[in-house]
Amino acid sequence: MTEAYIYDAVRTPRGKGRPDGSLHEVTSVRLSAQVLDSLKERNNLEGHAVEDVIWGNVTQVMEQGACLARSAVLASELDESIPGLAINRFCASGMEAVNLAANQVKGGAGDAYIAGGVEMMSRVAMGSDGAAIAADPNLAMNTYFVPQGISADLIATKYGFTRDQADALAVESQKRAKAAWDAKRFEKSVITVRDINGLEILSYDEFIRPGTDMQALGALKPSFKDMGEMMPGFDKVALLKYPQFERINHIHHAGNSSGIVDGAAGVLIGNKEFGERMGIKPRARIRATAKIGTDPTIMLTGPVPATQKILKDSGLSIKDIDLFEVNEAFASVVLLFQQAFDVDPALVNVNGGSIAMGHPLGATGAIIIGTLLDELERQDKEMGLATLCIASGMGAATIIERV
Amino acid sequence: MTDFTMNTDADGVAIITWDCPGKSMNVMSGEALLELNDCVDKALADEAVKGIVITSGKKEFAGGMDLNVLADMRANAGDEPAKGLFEGIMQMHALLRKIERSGMDPKTLKGAKPVAAALPGTAAGIGFELPLACHRIFVADNPKAKIGLPEILVGIFPGAGGTTRLARKLGAMMAAPFLLEGKMLDPKKAKGAGLIDEVVEDPVAAAKEWVLKATDADCVKPWDKKDYKMPGGAPYHPAGFQTFVGASAMINGKTAGAYPAPKALLSAVYEGAMVPFDTALKIEARWFTHVLMNPSSAAMIRSLFLNKEALEKGAVRPANVDDQRVKKLGVLGAGMMGAGIALVSALAGIEVVLIDSTQEAADRGKAYSEKYADGGIKKGRSTPEKKEALLSLITPTTDYAALADCDLIIEAVFEDPGVKAEVTAKAEAVIPADCIYASNTSTLPISGLAKASSRPEQFIGIHFFSPVEKMSLVEIIKGEKTGDRAVAKALDYVRQIRKTPIVVNDARFFYANRCIIPYINEGVRMVGEGVEPALIENAARMLGFPVGPLQLNDETSIDLGVKIAKATKAALGNAYDAGAADEVLFWLYDQGRMGRKSKSGYYAYDEAGKRLGIWPGLRDKYTAEADAQPELIDVQHRLMFSQVLEAVRALEEGVLMDIREGDVGAILGWGFAPWSGGPFSWLDMLGAEYAAERCDQLEAAYGTRFKCPALLREMAEKGQSFYGRFGQKKAA
Repeated sequence: MTEAYIYDAVRTPRGKGRPDGSLHEVTSVRLSAQVLDSLKERNNLEGHAVEDVIWGNVTQVMEQGACLARSAVLASELDESIPGLAINRFCASGMEAVNLAANQVKGGAGDAYIAGGVEMMSRVAMGSDGAAIAADPNLAMNTYFVPQGISADLIATKYGFTRDQADALAVESQKRAKAAWDAKRFEKSVITVRDINGLEILSYDEFIRPGTDMQALGALKPSFKDMGEMMPGFDKVALLKYPQFERINHIHHAGNSSGIVDGAAGVLIGNKEFGERMGIKPRARIRATAKIGTDPTIMLTGPVPATQKILKDSGLSIKDIDLFEVNEAFASVVLLFQQAFDVDPALVNVNGGSIAMGHPLGATGAIIIGTLLDELERQDKEMGLATLCIASGMGAATIIERV
Repeated sequence: MTDFTMNTDADGVAIITWDCPGKSMNVMSGEALLELNDCVDKALADEAVKGIVITSGKKEFAGGMDLNVLADMRANAGDEPAKGLFEGIMQMHALLRKIERSGMDPKTLKGAKPVAAALPGTAAGIGFELPLACHRIFVADNPKAKIGLPEILVGIFPGAGGTTRLARKLGAMMAAPFLLEGKMLDPKKAKGAGLIDEVVEDPVAAAKEWVLKATDADCVKPWDKKDYKMPGGAPYHPAGFQTFVGASAMINGKTAGAYPAPKALLSAVYEGAMVPFDTALKIEARWFTHVLMNPSSAAMIRSLFLNKEALEKGAVRPANVDDQRVKKLGVLGAGMMGAGIALVSALAGIEVVLIDSTQEAADRGKAYSEKYADGGIKKGRSTPEKKEALLSLITPTTDYAALADCDLIIEAVFEDPGVKAEVTAKAEAVIPADCIYASNTSTLPISGLAKASSRPEQFIGIHFFSPVEKMSLVEIIKGEKTGDRAVAKALDYVRQIRKTPIVVNDARFFYANRCIIPYINEGVRMVGEGVEPALIENAARMLGFPVGPLQLNDETSIDLGVKIAKATKAALGNAYDAGAADEVLFWLYDQGRMGRKSKSGYYAYDEAGKRLGIWPGLRDKYTAEADAQPELIDVQHRLMFSQVLEAVRALEEGVLMDIREGDVGAILGWGFAPWSGGPFSWLDMLGAEYAAERCDQLEAAYGTRFKCPALLREMAEKGQSFYGRFGQKKAA
């Protein structure tokens, strides 16, 4: 069977997703184009070098609307013969782009793809594309829709995670991210975002708060308590689906949930012939991919069944995996993953995650695949698994194996 | 029959008058809709007509739709009831839309004949949906009139354009209290809320004047203009989005997903908000049809509207007894129940003698009415004059001689046969020979209490629920010897105080308590089995019960539970079946946890008596691991069957004489799942065959209290339903 290999992976640094964030001035198209240009330059992608650009993005309206992927290609130095495909699987969009590309390559539909994604959360507000599952009364009521924060707190309630456990995970994420930057572990992949004149705009993940400790986090109020218990009272809805609980334990806040940031990432994927033709070396093969639907109310438990499925489909066991990237959408998501598979926390998100560095929705899936590969190489390990929880009750996973 | 007539005056104003013959209130029927359609067609075609005023020949405008019309629409559609309903509803839309467009040119929006509604009084349901289709609404300055759309309260929603028009007029958020809660307003408040346009002395004159000077622009509804934007934002406008997300969550939480109508209503508003008006009406009709096709709505209409009204109007009253309205009432015992009975009676204008053993206690009972009136004044619902009038009707005293000219006595003293016998004798020594004597007992058999009476045929039970002024059900209990005049007296009295009566035969705990006690016991029993208490309470709330069995037991108090358990055990001997529940109940009692009044029970409470949550000690002692918990549906069916089988047995034993009373009484008496229409309606929804099968499963798993009653078994075998077998023709 044809194998799909990762030849390269790059990402932009993540800017604070606010008007005073460093990347706020950059358009979604330009940030995407810089990632594409970087991949082109690093790998000499002249002419119709890849079959397609698959670009994940969640909020596909305004500047991120109308097939952002094609706009990004046209704004980049890539040849206009390369088309673009914009996709949305919420937080796993970047991962889904990689998985789709890999499976296209494996199936013989072209030699190579660029896959990745972008989210300029400071410019195109999360949720501004509407959502029937939240606003359509029939659908919202039948699926017992609650916002993600309530779902994350429901996970904590159901699986017994405490505020202290969540805060400790957040402190660790900050520590690891700082250590990783200090040790220049992201150097291989992070590109500097530049202006039209080549001047530097941002070269590091500016969302990190290195000094974060338990005391600082302890002072934060739970973010979803009011909407849960008061207006409009989402806890009552969650309890209709989970009547075995008396109340929801609200443990999440801004400090132990993923940060709102701007960012983009891209991965170059191709078959063996592509590498030989281009004179570049494969770094890892994409061993397996998976996606799954889960209960939409608790919503964010997807990494567990997605991992179970990918292991089963690939004939691997959790023990075969050396390192894990589990997107830190909320602390309870990672705690649940660790509990479910009884994995050593030291092997999960080795260099910190979205709590410390932020979660640019459409890009994160591609970011963590790149981060995982960098760390496998650094530690000289073989097999890594990346997974994300996904809105509306889904999960996705990718297993990569160094070659 | 002519419901609508039209006269065109010299100024060219066609006055269409709605006046249902032989009725005190206008109610819309299928024929009436056709008549209105004819009038409108004629007025629009007649060159001489400049404008139209629609008014009423009665004191009020209209009470709403004759709900039998909807049942007929469905019945007449044969094999395709949904089609019949949808087409019938669309015809209604076509008529109201014709009034709203009133012959205007669809392109220029010019040339409409102005149409005004002139409402002399109350306009409810379609009685308000029709005015909403007019160009301007004038209402008489009548503070007693109520304007609004109460459909949601009987399990449906405004389906003649009221939902779509009000949502577009006010916006989803502002329309919510009227559509989702059925809130009605007096004319002045209705104007303030934007429901109507003018409050005037003479609405017909004002409406005439308006139609004669109205311009083309005055006759174009905002939603027919090109630049229409929904107030507060359509669903995908940022503010509107928040409204719809919030509304869905709130309604879901509030209705626990049990009621089909609010969900359908909200869907009609949401989907309708994104399309042109005529398409929105079509969507509204589809959702309305969907609700009417849901067995829950038919059951709710039947119990909460048709049968409740029938019972209030004396459906079960002995026909051969003349008017028994009460002129002067004696209340024995001025405690919580006696004080409440005095209050509701005085509110109905009945003179009350309120007796207790000390003057102080009697005065305290009257003070309850004073406090109630003060609350009304504070909220602007009453006046000092009304308060004076109310209080002047209540005479607190210790002197039994004051009962000498009473025609009804209600005894509400301590629940002890000896005490009751004593006051019965004392009262009967002074009251007139034809006076009816009632006991408000909730636990003691009436036939037993009647033994203390020298005229048992005039002795009856009138069982109020607490708090008296809030609970609308009154359970009337016939003792072995109770005569027809006593029943008629009780019914006429209940009608005077505007509550809903059911009449049952004497038996342990009568009807309501007979069903409530097994409900509480089943919940308590599950605690003892290790079921998570929150699951029990949530399961009950998700069935639409106002409170779960454990909270209910805390409210009614643990020591009362213990007392009832002991008495029942003594009475039933070996047949007693609540031992498993008693274990938990007696344990709490031994812990000194008496329920809410002791600020400790199944729940923990703070110093102020606020419920904090399930008491952790209860879980420590009983609750099993999470993976050993039962399925929700099993918990729910145990709670439901424990009550409905008791209702079936009450019917089998003749305690309950009419299933309508069983259904209405359950909803009003203890908040039995209103969406179901009551215990018998719920069993009909399940189907006797499935219900019997489920009984067998529950009996095998949980014990003989779930044994299928012979009546239900027979119905399952014959393929019968309760309303098919026992229902009154007109009640279906």
